[in-house]
Amino acid sequence: MGKIEWAMWANEQALASGLILLTGGIVGVAGQFRGWEFAAYAVAAGVFVCLLEYPRSKRAKGTSVERTGQYCFTVCVKAFGPLTRNYYVRAFLHAAICVPGGFMLATVLGCVCLGIASLIYLAAAIRGEHWEPILPRKDVRKPVAESIKNPPQNPPPRPPPEMRRKPAKELESSAYDNPIAVTDE
Amino acid sequence: MGNFVANEGLSIFVILVWLGINAFLFVHFYMAFLVDRWFYTRVLLGHALSWARAPAACLNFNCMLVLLPVCRNLLSFLRGTIQCCSRTAARQLDRNLTFHKLVAYMIAFHTAVHIIAHLFNFEFFMDAQLNRNSSHLPFILSEIGSGDNASFLNPIRSNETSPTIVMFTTIAGLTGVAITLALILIITSSMEVIRRSYFEVFWYTHHLFIVFFIGLVFHGYGRIVRGQTPLSLQTNSPNVCASSFEDWGKNESGCAVPVFAGNPPGTWKWVLGPMILYVCERLVRIYRSHQKVVITKVVMHPSKTLELQMKKKGFAMEVGQYVFIQCPSVSRLEWHPFTLTSAPEEDYFSAHIRIVGDWTQALYEACGGDKPEQQEAWKLPKVAIDGPFGTASEDVFRYEVVMLVGAGIGVTPFASILKSVWYKHIQNNQDVFTKKIYFYWLCPETQAFEWFADLLQSLERQMADKDMADFLSYNIYLTRWKETEAAHFRVHHEAENDPITGLKQKTLYGKPNWDNEFSNIALKHPRSKVGVFLCGPPQLGKSLETQCLSHSEADVKFIFNKENF
Repeated sequence: MGKIEWAMWANEQALASGLILLTGGIVGVAGQFRGWEFAAYAVAAGVFVCLLEYPRSKRAKGTSVERTGQYCFTVCVKAFGPLTRNYYVRAFLHAAICVPGGFMLATVLGCVCLGIASLIYLAAAIRGEHWEPILPRKDVRKPVAESIKNPPQNPPPRPPPEMRRKPAKELESSAYDNPIAVTDE
Repeated sequence: MGNFVANEGLSIFVILVWLGINAFLFVHFYMAFLVDRWFYTRVLLGHALSWARAPAACLNFNCMLVLLPVCRNLLSFLRGTIQCCSRTAARQLDRNLTFHKLVAYMIAFHTAVHIIAHLFNFEFFMDAQLNRNSSHLPFILSEIGSGDNASFLNPIRSNETSPTIVMFTTIAGLTGVAITLALILIITSSMEVIRRSYFEVFWYTHHLFIVFFIGLVFHGYGRIVRGQTPLSLQTNSPNVCASSFEDWGKNESGCAVPVFAGNPPGTWKWVLGPMILYVCERLVRIYRSHQKVVITKVVMHPSKTLELQMKKKGFAMEVGQYVFIQCPSVSRLEWHPFTLTSAPEEDYFSAHIRIVGDWTQALYEACGGDKPEQQEAWKLPKVAIDGPFGTASEDVFRYEVVMLVGAGIGVTPFASILKSVWYKHIQNNQDVFTKKIYFYWLCPETQAFEWFADLLQSLERQMADKDMADFLSYNIYLTRWKETEAAHFRVHHEAENDPITGLKQKTLYGKPNWDNEFSNIALKHPRSKVGVFLCGPPQLGKSLETQCLSHSEADVKFIFNKENF
């Protein structure tokens, strides 16, 4: 946990807007409303925004939670380099995409929501945030954690419970041969 | 099957009743718009009218419900009252947040249906105005009321406009846009990722619900959905007169021109009650927060844990309850929940706070955590407390046998319980119903043991003194360890006291074998109800819940309770 990364909320908002734009567009086209061309555009724009926003960015501080199956989307979005990394570009892109949605009632809601997402992205960009892909970890673990390994499958070598319960005076009979070498590494 | 019913039965029943009421309202209001009064409206709109009005009714119902589960003080009061009648019903109130989210999802769903239906309605209304053909019934219907602007049917009054413009110039349209935007912002900021990481964004944005409810109440004021007035139905019966629309108003036709009016707004009747209740809830919280709270002691524990001991006049608590703490010098608007770690029998109340984020870090610094010498009493920050609020742990003493499972800092409610147990037994006149406690603490690092280990040590001593060593059986599991530490454990495992905690009961390594534990307890305590209490991560909750269900056989019943924030 740490300071607010506006981009995370902007991402949720933009994804939601993409879905709303898409739904409005589908309704407009299916119902053959007046201005259905705008609705058709909204369908395409909605799909594009959803694809762009689906992969979550890696957080600057803290653990990042991936969305299910976002890896292929991450690779595609990463391929565009600085265009997708920079949030100023995203803010202006979303602002531009949302405008044609305002010309038809069915897509107005998607337009306004995407506009709000664009504003939040602008705030994120001003604060210096940028998009980082979440890639599978290939790097070496930090030195601090090196001595902590995965819990071993077997418990540490202790004599079985029956032998442990022997009273202390029978020390000799409670001795046993350790099958695994016990050394202080 | 019976154990499943014992654990989940009431929840499922409540959900089914709620879904049933939703379905009933939907169908009922769908059919209500298929009557003669709405005949001419349906000429213009078809079934899209019903598709818009049915979810509107469901929205009224759900918006009424959504405020109730978050009235914490009301729920605490109800819980206390119901407790004497039924433990199961009281437990149901612990799932308030889950219900709040379910209702919110339902609101989102119905909003979507409502909006899509209205998109079609607007389109059809516009069509009727654009197709200006006198032998076309929709156009004739749209022309009605052009003179007095009161008896019209079609809210779109001219053909020189567009649905978008109409939406922004009607009360219904404007409020509709405002509340939908508020709803969308609330939902996106309530996603788990945002909520867990940036609580402030979630909490502040959630207050848009005020905009939502005000807009909702005024949404119907324009009376934009119009049907034929009862008076007009007498002079123009749609079944008879619809086909002769070109002769309306003429003497020989017997059909007058129909007159239309809108329904008075009805949403306020649904939501006014809960809104008032919620306002009262917030007032109670503000009142409680102004009562003076004094920090009597601050203890810094290793593993970044801060203990605050406080006193407040008239404060009374039960085991395992939690409070909301606010520190105005850190943040004026943030209230954060913390479990109380003190027992009701003590003369102060305390909370152990783990330093994980902005607010806790700032609180730590305000209490002088980063300074080497102790902070003077008057320099300690002022705090405010709201609560205490009850959760599942209050039920612990109502079971004969109890299993307490805490993971990491999740052990805090159980600290309160164990202390209370100790106090109850030393005050000999108390006959405690609980006969046996099994306590499991899962911890990833050894340092976290320190403050709790002290408590367990004193309990161990006290129980040995009173010859009650059997009452509490505790198991501490270290789930992660360093190699160097492991060597130390192996060498010292024969020592009388545990090398980590100093307790007589040895620390165990790795994760507990729940199957074995549950089976052993079931064998030792036939014919009893065992309460299982967990404060920890959801995955552990799921596995414990499965264990409870699978081990609840003929006479032993394991009832699962989970703490959540």
